[in-house]
Amino acid sequence: MKRYFSDLFVGGKSLVDGLVVTLKALCQPMVTVQYPREEIDITPNFRGHIDLVLDPEKNTFRCIACGMCERSCPSECIQIKGKKVEGKKKKTLSLFTLDFTKCSLCGTCVEICPTQALEFSNEYNLAAFSREAFHYDILKRLEERII
Amino acid sequence: MEIISTLPPELIRMVFAVIIIISFIFLNAIMMGYLERKIAGHVQRRPGPMEVGSHGILQLVVDGVKLVGKELLVPVNVDRTLFRLGPILSFTPVILPLLVIPFSEKLQARDLNLGLLFIVSMTSINVMAILVAGWGSNNKYSMFGAMRAVAQSIAYEIPILLSMLAVVLMANTFSLKEIVGAQQKIWFILLQPLAFIIYIISGVAETNRAPFDLPEAESELTAGFHTEYSGMGFSLFFLGEYTNMFTVASVATVLFLGGWHGPTLPYGEYLGIVWFFLKVYFLLFFMIMIRWTYPRVRFDQLLNFAWKYLVPFSLVNILITAVVIKL
Amino acid sequence: MRESQFQEPNRFFLNMGPQHPSTHGVLLVVLEMDGEYVLDPQPVLGFIHRMHEKMGESRPCQGFMPNTARMDYVCALPYNHGYVSLIERKAGIEVPKRAEYIRVITSELNRVASHLLWLGAYLLDLGAFTPILYGFDDREHILDILEDVTGSRLTYCYYRFGGVYRDIDDKFVEATRAFIKRLRKRYDIYEKLVTKNIIFIKRAENIGIISPDMAIRYGITGPNLRGSGIAYDIRKNEPYSVYPEFDFEVPVGERGDCLDRYMVRVREMEQSLRIVEQALDTLPDGPVRSKVPKKIKLAPGDCNFAVEAARGELSYYLVGDGTSVPYRLKIRVPSYSNLSCLPELGEGILLPDLVSIMGSLDLVIPEIDR
Ligand code: SF4
Ligand code: SF4
Repeated sequence: MKRYFSDLFVGGKSLVDGLVVTLKALCQPMVTVQYPREEIDITPNFRGHIDLVLDPEKNTFRCIACGMCERSCPSECIQIKGKKVEGKKKKTLSLFTLDFTKCSLCGTCVEICPTQALEFSNEYNLAAFSREAFHYDILKRLEERII
Repeated sequence: MEIISTLPPELIRMVFAVIIIISFIFLNAIMMGYLERKIAGHVQRRPGPMEVGSHGILQLVVDGVKLVGKELLVPVNVDRTLFRLGPILSFTPVILPLLVIPFSEKLQARDLNLGLLFIVSMTSINVMAILVAGWGSNNKYSMFGAMRAVAQSIAYEIPILLSMLAVVLMANTFSLKEIVGAQQKIWFILLQPLAFIIYIISGVAETNRAPFDLPEAESELTAGFHTEYSGMGFSLFFLGEYTNMFTVASVATVLFLGGWHGPTLPYGEYLGIVWFFLKVYFLLFFMIMIRWTYPRVRFDQLLNFAWKYLVPFSLVNILITAVVIKL
Repeated sequence: MRESQFQEPNRFFLNMGPQHPSTHGVLLVVLEMDGEYVLDPQPVLGFIHRMHEKMGESRPCQGFMPNTARMDYVCALPYNHGYVSLIERKAGIEVPKRAEYIRVITSELNRVASHLLWLGAYLLDLGAFTPILYGFDDREHILDILEDVTGSRLTYCYYRFGGVYRDIDDKFVEATRAFIKRLRKRYDIYEKLVTKNIIFIKRAENIGIISPDMAIRYGITGPNLRGSGIAYDIRKNEPYSVYPEFDFEVPVGERGDCLDRYMVRVREMEQSLRIVEQALDTLPDGPVRSKVPKKIKLAPGDCNFAVEAARGELSYYLVGDGTSVPYRLKIRVPSYSNLSCLPELGEGILLPDLVSIMGSLDLVIPEIDR
């Protein structure tokens, strides 16, 4: 019998307390942002897909086409080709593609690169209708950035 | 023109009222849907619908158009007649109670002297609709929902009736208009607070709203009795639910909150509707708030609560009321 | 399914899942029912099996790092932690002190995030819509903090053999302290909205009682075990990393019902915050990564490492054969054992209680089906 009434009063009070919480929240400002209209600044440390670093001195990539990243990538999503260019001893990069559908953003490639030629991009607004849209040509992306 | 003048004026009035009420039902559902989503949004510290129209005000209109445009899907193994009948049954009876509700002194389609009983009997048809829909869907989840709805509605009709009875004893009439008239001086909520609380709780349960939304209980029964419905079938249930909420709230206003009474307005006999609607929407706001606050009760707890708390309390309440009136 | 029971007239089967709102992922539970009473719930696993163990056995051990985060995506850092520690133990790699501290801080933050998400999801199972969004609001702050150091928001790949990927800075420390303050203020909201709520209590109290004996029989670990009153926490019982240096309690329940499991998790959040606070106070300086050979050779022989993930004991078992590719990698995930008690727990209860029990067990299906 005691429980019968205590349930009623304690329970009733707890329900009112709960309602006060939501009523308060009703009057508080929103915490969300309207995504496509507003965007939150993303931290520069965000790890998007990889990109080649643009060397400010040479105004081109640093990659020496050694293939370390290609070999160490656990998801096997990097493809690299180098070709001999007249007058240079070493190979130069001629193809660098990334299959972003497979990339697990682990960062191995960035860390293993002997010339620090890779970095993470800051892009996160990625959406497309086809799988092929995520087969990035990283080298072309870099060339677009060269002034 | 000739024909119209030969028709009895009462009939014209009724047709007119029915048309107004049906259009009001749609308007109400749109408003309630919008309000619900906005309030839910703000309770959860997000804006709710924002895209269609200013602050998403047209969202529900667009949703409605989308639902109407959808294919009427009838699954293979359902009982076709019952499956189609379900939504219609849920929608039709909800119009009728609005015919006898006095929105203001002069705005009432028809004043029945048994108005209250009429409303109660009409709203209880709603459970038939749920049963028919759940049974006809031939889906175990829908069936669960339907069975729950029946048990719930039987259990909660009793405290609803008993709490209404307390007011009826005080006003000495079943006519809604006269009940409101009896509250000229003092609203019955002050004289019958317990009956009001019982009525509101049972009303929420009767309309299958959270925390008593067991027939649809989406985390248990996916969508309960309307799992198989899409498009217009679904939206008729939706309409039915919101209209039922409106009915419950307006009956509460009539019985306890003094109906159209309020500070005097010019053309009071018509503009009393403003006060009436303010009260109704306040109650509806409250019903929305509790939906977004509490977890769902369990089925047996729901019934226990009705039989252990609501019924005894309302009986005691009636007893006291009767004794006090007699004295 | 047992034949004889088909004959009984009132019994029927109900497929709960694989797409059901309260199975939290693609889990199918075949329920044998009589009316609304569940007689025999049988979980059916394997809908999203991705062969993580086999993947671990088919590539050099570094290559498995990103996979660890994809088993339990809600609480990924302890999974990182277990794997790096396993390889470090196996290959005898030293880890700088600062790195271990950072690991503990980030792991604990991740645990809080996981518990917050669980709290909301559990309440969603019980039919309350709002707490999950409050939980998300708080969790979002943790994700922001972690994103700043790890670079990702959910499937972290932050720890490295011999350290961590990036050092934490003052901004991280400040943000974390601010978050701790914020969450402590928010307890009140959760308490009023959930913990004290009579409907919630009635839905969780005395439901799904796991006795200590039963918990041990099924190998249940984590908050579920502690809810039954057994104070078993890998961080205390088999200390790893720098956990022995911190002062924290292991909250336990009494009855082992859903409410106890809930309370244990809520109190655990506070303990995690305490650990983070202490770690921030005593954070040593120094490098965060030691020199590690490019190719890690896994000597023949086996090795085991267990950590306390948010859902319980996570243990990696590895057999090496002298190459850098593990010969065998076995992962013991907590949710798998935690789920295994469902048939016994769910005998003769109501369907809503089953939903409540499954919610309180805090199942993450991709982890079960790894
Ligand atoms: S981040 Fe990892 S998975 Fe992605 S390309 Fe680099 S190495 Fe491969
Ligand atoms: S590891 Fe670096 S230098 Fe070598 S191929 Fe890759 S990007 Fe180029």
